[in-house]
Amino acid sequence: MSSMSSYISGVVQEIPPSGIRKFFDLVTQTEGVISLGVGEPDFVTPWHIREACFYSLEKGYTMYTSNLGLPELREEIAAYEKRKIGVSYSPVEEILVTVGVSEAVDLALRALIEPGDEVLVPEPSYVSYAPGTKLVYGKPVPLLTYDADEYRLRPDILEKAITPRSKVLILPFPNNPTGGIMKAEDLQALVDIIIKNDLIVLSDEIYAELTYEGEHVSIASFPGMRDRTIVFNGFSKAFAMTGWRIGYACGHPDIINAMNKIHQYTIMCAPIMAQMAAIEALRHGEGEMRKMVENYNYRRKLMLNGFRQVGLSCFEPRGAFYCFPSIKNIGMNSEDFCEKLLKEEKVAVVPGNAFGNCGEGYIRCCYAASVANIEEAIERMGHFLARHRKG
Amino acid sequence: MELEKKVLHLIENDARISAKTIAVMLDEDEEKITAIIDKLENEKYILGYNTIINWERMGNDGVTALIDVKVTPEREVGFSRVAERICRFPEVRCVYLMSGTYDLSVTVTGETMQDVARFVSHKLSTLDQVQSTTTHFVLKRYKQDNFVFEEPQEDKRLVVSP
Repeated sequence: MSSMSSYISGVVQEIPPSGIRKFFDLVTQTEGVISLGVGEPDFVTPWHIREACFYSLEKGYTMYTSNLGLPELREEIAAYEKRKIGVSYSPVEEILVTVGVSEAVDLALRALIEPGDEVLVPEPSYVSYAPGTKLVYGKPVPLLTYDADEYRLRPDILEKAITPRSKVLILPFPNNPTGGIMKAEDLQALVDIIIKNDLIVLSDEIYAELTYEGEHVSIASFPGMRDRTIVFNGFSKAFAMTGWRIGYACGHPDIINAMNKIHQYTIMCAPIMAQMAAIEALRHGEGEMRKMVENYNYRRKLMLNGFRQVGLSCFEPRGAFYCFPSIKNIGMNSEDFCEKLLKEEKVAVVPGNAFGNCGEGYIRCCYAASVANIEEAIERMGHFLARHRKG
Repeated sequence: MELEKKVLHLIENDARISAKTIAVMLDEDEEKITAIIDKLENEKYILGYNTIINWERMGNDGVTALIDVKVTPEREVGFSRVAERICRFPEVRCVYLMSGTYDLSVTVTGETMQDVARFVSHKLSTLDQVQSTTTHFVLKRYKQDNFVFEEPQEDKRLVVSP
């Protein structure tokens, strides 16, 4: 077959494929693997939510919805965000229902970024912010976060990275892959810098419910921040609904309206069955969600304790469902470590550098796995470490 | 009391979870958790540990019947004396007092239908307090104590995802 790659646009050619992809291929070729490499809950969506979706199909809800999403869903989202972060959004013009938070972040970047604008992206973080920025000819500027700071974004690091072209700051907390969170005082320290430099904040709060110490705080709740912040959230993590692809953005009507313009021409609307299920989740899903969160918390402690027992130093994650231990004293880079661990012990974890260069020297391990698998994986990792430390 | 309840919730769905694991999950000492479990066992808050087995798959053709039993209650003791008496038969697996059109629901297992029929006609119906029985044989079990019988339990997630 002749090559067609010269037809691919320059900007797409330039974007590297996700570092996870390569590793995924390796893992699928190996049998009997215990995987701590997933990025989603190990619960199936609670039955009452799935059942609500069947019911809506039986009733014939198979049509388009308004671009913004079903009004009942937007009302539930407004009530939820008011309860959760204490900020009021109008369901009529300040909430947009999207195909997962991924779509919403893409819409926001497309709505806000002019070629050459700079987007400040904390690292390590989820894999899509920098490529999303490049696709709209923006420039991603990494803001490094550190183990020693418990992966909080430091104000001095933010301030130093700001230039006259800085326009957007992404705040992905609780953080995938580190499990770091931003407490009220950590956010307060950023507020003046953000306002002084006239930045717009994209606050990706998809893991907000998975906060294990204190309550999640949103930067949108600080004085002067509501209108310059877009809050992103969804149902994937808290309600175990990853495959439904349903999320939303809340913010100033001018920005939501601009995002909706792109949304209506590209997606039209999020699937109605997922929207119906999301209504059920917000109306009646809280109890089961709390149980799942409690369960993650148990396993968080189990994994953290296990890593410390086998001599992996690990910052205590306070949100999401990942541990991010250091492998710096083993004498291998992240990718080698993960490949060898997979080949020798059949345990899959994700190399930290998949989440930005500063993730080098770390691995991401997901504790949304059964207790037995977590314990078995840690035992195998213990053998691996013992063998390679000697050598 | 709170801690005891948390321990019970953890072992309710996984009786084989170790005290050490529970201790880590709840931020407690292993000795303390062991002591709590011992106490709950000794004081019969924990009655025992069962295994849920798919005997059909092992080719075992045993039968189970649910029997609705109407009973004449007795002065002073109500339904308790006869219920306790029924409990003593080893073929009886469960005995519940019910609201509604009958009084006791009795679950019985046996090797064959004849075994169960013999139990009902010889042992159960002949008790003085028993007025009538209606026996329902179980044809197939789909779910028991939270476990679905035929559902494959494999993890359907992608092995690696961002």
